[in-house]
Amino acid sequence: MAEPSIRVEGLRVVRGGKVALDSISLEVVPGIVTGLLGPSGGGKSTLMRATVGVQQVASGRITVLGLPAGSPELRSRVGYRTQAPSVYIDLTVRENVHYFGRVLGVSEAAVDEAIETVDLGAESAQIAGRLSGGQLARVALAMALLGEPEVLVLDEPTVGLDPLLRRDLWDTFHEIADRGATILVSSHVMDEADRCDELLLLREGRIIATGTPDELRRRTGAEDLDSVFLRLVEGDA
Amino acid sequence: MSPRVTFATAARVLTQLRRDPRTVALLLLVPCVLVVLLKEIFADEPQVFQHIGGPLLGLFPFISMFLVTSITMLRERVSGTLERLMTLPLHKLDILLGYAIAFALFAAVQVTLASVVAFGLLDLRVAGPKWAVVLLAIGNALLGMSLGLFVSAFATTEFQAVQFMPALVFPQLLLCGLFVARSSMAEWLQVISAVLPLTYAYDALAKVSAGGPYGARFVADVAVTVGSTLALLALAAGTLKRRTP
Repeated sequence: MAEPSIRVEGLRVVRGGKVALDSISLEVVPGIVTGLLGPSGGGKSTLMRATVGVQQVASGRITVLGLPAGSPELRSRVGYRTQAPSVYIDLTVRENVHYFGRVLGVSEAAVDEAIETVDLGAESAQIAGRLSGGQLARVALAMALLGEPEVLVLDEPTVGLDPLLRRDLWDTFHEIADRGATILVSSHVMDEADRCDELLLLREGRIIATGTPDELRRRTGAEDLDSVFLRLVEGDA
Repeated sequence: MSPRVTFATAARVLTQLRRDPRTVALLLLVPCVLVVLLKEIFADEPQVFQHIGGPLLGLFPFISMFLVTSITMLRERVSGTLERLMTLPLHKLDILLGYAIAFALFAAVQVTLASVVAFGLLDLRVAGPKWAVVLLAIGNALLGMSLGLFVSAFATTEFQAVQFMPALVFPQLLLCGLFVARSSMAEWLQVISAVLPLTYAYDALAKVSAGGPYGARFVADVAVTVGSTLALLALAAGTLKRRTP
């Protein structure tokens, strides 16, 4: 297996007086899609924020591509999509993606390509504030895909999207991973877990299991991943 | 820092402003209407209009840019776009200067329009050069913008941001010398007035309106106005945190 591109060692994060991540350690390798799964409020977004370097950390270490998370050198190499779509609602789809493209220094063609990838070509001249929730989510995704980042951190990118589009986007994630990128995708929907190559199950600030979907099924003897999760939680308690 | 990113940010801010034509119309027309009102309420005492018209022209952009910037920046903080920007290869100065360029350009249009009305239609006369009034007005727009950028960090809602105007702008207007000469204020008010940046901005404008003197005091006025703007920008930069709790 490839050398890990994200390494988390003893990471502890306290948010609002509550322990959000409790000394977790994990590794994410490039070339595959790694899913970060678990219930809402379990620490997924906090871990992702820490990975892109916007989260204050109490203790522990995260390195991304061999550099401390949040290093200036990483800013053009890591793509990030926040959980709530961080989009300028008074700009059009294209103006949003274009602005990020200018900041990253990518070509106009790359801007159009990112918009096409999330299937918003027809909406590109629409004001973001008038889009549906799913469309807005895709604008934010297009902004994360810009510049072909080596590491993509996507916080619930497929929530609220129709099944067809969700399938296409997961295919896109795998294509990007096949080119050697690292992809960390979070979801609280267990049926998306099967689309990942490797899973990290996070609950109440702790990693309760890691492995491929099949490994986790074997280990727990459960058929569907919902039951896998339940058995792991009950075994953990 | 990169000019590409700075100008992209300025263009983005101007595009956002353009998407809100009602705000743009209000920002451009309200100063013109207020200048007309000022002329009319002092119809019997034209010397009052001549006395405060010039300085007031130069202070409008301070007020409007303070408001527009504090709300725009607050939205950027609340909507998560600021956090997202902080993960990109951009310098905090790119954001601040981008905002500065956008609002300076806008203030230039605003003050030019109000000046055309005041100088052209209402016969306002200033002893000094009119371009100096316009230039100082743009400087004041940037002062208001820097203050707005800074205080946006202390508001969590737009209601709060709007309340910073009576809290931080009105006292400066009352104490700057526009309504009552500073020398006739109680001493403790003079002390407060001496530490407020708008006092110096007003002083410079009053000197241009009166045609001088452009001595050391005038230079100090301009220096304090510019210095306060830079200091507030530095403070604002300090509130743009890459890592948040």
